[in-house]
Amino acid sequence: MTMQNARTLAQKIIGRATGRPVAIGEVVTAQVDLAMIHDSGGPRRVAPILKELGVGLWDPERVVLISDHFVPGDTEEGARILQLTRDWAAKTGVAFHDGQGICHIVLPERGHLAPGMLVVGGDSHSPTGGAFGAYMFGIGATEMAGVLATGEIWLRVPGTILIEWRGTLGPGLMAKDIMLALCGRLGMDGGKYQAVEYTGDTIAALSMQERMTLANMAAELGGQAGLIAPDRVTEAYLAAAGARLGDWSGLATDPGADLLEHHLFDAATLAPQVAAPHSPANAGNAADADAKVDIAYLGACTGAKYEDLAAAAQILRGRRLAAGLELLVAPASRRDQTRASADGIMAVFESAGAKILPNACGICAGYGAHRLAAGTTCISSTARNFKGRMGDPSSQVWLGSPLTVAAAAVAGRIVDPREMLEAA
Amino acid sequence: MTRSVTGVKPGSKAQSKVGRIFRLGDDIDTDQLAPGRYMRGGIDALAAHCLESVRPDFAQSVQRGDILVAGRNFGMGSSREQAAEALRHLGLAGVVAESFAGIFYRNAINLGLPVLTTADSSAVKEGAAARLDVANGRLMLKEGGSLALDPLPDNLLPIIAAGGLVPLLKARFSKGAVT
Ligand code: SF4
Repeated sequence: MTMQNARTLAQKIIGRATGRPVAIGEVVTAQVDLAMIHDSGGPRRVAPILKELGVGLWDPERVVLISDHFVPGDTEEGARILQLTRDWAAKTGVAFHDGQGICHIVLPERGHLAPGMLVVGGDSHSPTGGAFGAYMFGIGATEMAGVLATGEIWLRVPGTILIEWRGTLGPGLMAKDIMLALCGRLGMDGGKYQAVEYTGDTIAALSMQERMTLANMAAELGGQAGLIAPDRVTEAYLAAAGARLGDWSGLATDPGADLLEHHLFDAATLAPQVAAPHSPANAGNAADADAKVDIAYLGACTGAKYEDLAAAAQILRGRRLAAGLELLVAPASRRDQTRASADGIMAVFESAGAKILPNACGICAGYGAHRLAAGTTCISSTARNFKGRMGDPSSQVWLGSPLTVAAAAVAGRIVDPREMLEAA
Repeated sequence: MTRSVTGVKPGSKAQSKVGRIFRLGDDIDTDQLAPGRYMRGGIDALAAHCLESVRPDFAQSVQRGDILVAGRNFGMGSSREQAAEALRHLGLAGVVAESFAGIFYRNAINLGLPVLTTADSSAVKEGAAARLDVANGRLMLKEGGSLALDPLPDNLLPIIAAGGLVPLLKARFSKGAVT
């Protein structure tokens, strides 16, 4: 039953950006509040198109450039692309965060996002911004060039798939477990390129960084955006980040609004999840996985934020890595790493024998010198385990939460991380 | 305030000449359209391998004006623009499917490749001669009869008519039509 005038969160944001009330399913042309680009899909791809058009940026103040995919420039090609990126930043005067971490983490961390904004990103995990109640989605390079030239974009007002979680997440469980379970249950096209919106008391109890993991992996569900209505938690994070917060009070899906689907899940019955190679949809209980591990990777926008690092350190403190296993840690942002250093978390990784990598996409993008070797098995805190993404096509990547990655690094095989939390 | 994308008359180039129908099933993915291992080459090299895993003769036999008709979830997979670019490069008049994956749909429109949905495409036969009427949302069969397609939204027609987002913007900027 649809109540008159009841609207979804997505409808409200897109309506504001379009300048009039919008109906679900109609195609509109909206004004973009902010465009984020990175070194891979950014200047090197869009600058030639802008040149062909013979125009500059519609508004340099609404463009944020972040280098992360090719950082630290350890290949010749990567170093060249980084230089091109820096030159373009200097020429255009856009906000530029160079080597400060992964774009989806740096963007909100530096106060660029606020609830109610319509944001496009030149990256498929752009839905991450939805954790802050912004409608943010990923677009290709041609389309990004169009946005940079005009400040506008067309979109079909999406239906909303409401994903409600009730109950308390038990110890040893994280947002990543929720997402892997959802990928398993709904599949990688379950989001139908609509707005996935997370709600319920389980979500309300999550910190901002945990919520970012949910919104981020709306991409793996095939949603256009992954939204969470703003609340006091959002407000506190953004105020600390120096964001310009408008009035966010009405930014929620109204009761009785027209929903495409409504799914209800019980957090209390969830066990730590892993996804077997080569799809996030191959999800199952970590306890049932039988896999020996050579490399543990704690990295990516999905799984190496401050709280992800803190979680992993809970398990690694006072423990050693399994013989012959390599643990690689690439903190998602420089700020998060600085904070983790101050809290003694980085020291835990170092004394456990981990190798610390730059604050960048690292192996997740597979663009740099670090790649998975043929035949190796990796447990990773990243979002996708498609064949060959992180290295040789014969490498096997399992996905898990930062806790599950840490536990596997100690055990040398995939285990339920709760075993180690209880013993700690 | 909405600034709609204008500058080209909707439907001005939106009717194709007669071509042949190529029929495909459900879930045609971006790796079938633009195989990853040929991504390093230019669009010529990539298009030569377009759909070869499902139709080995496709790139060789397709001619300008031909039309793809498929089932559900056409273009699923990665966000690579080359999937739509390859089809455009081969001269296809457009793709008719029961549904499209979201990012492919966006990329196709922005590259000027008409993509239209229809509730049920099963009546259209392989090899039939047909013409795609993008502006009015119809697939006209030469033997008589036609298949009703969901018309493209009004604000996307000018993009298709111009041959894609870049040509459209070029026309707009050269006319000084920027507001
Ligand atoms: S860390 Fe991985 S998923 Fe995140 S933006 Fe970088 S490459 Fe993409």
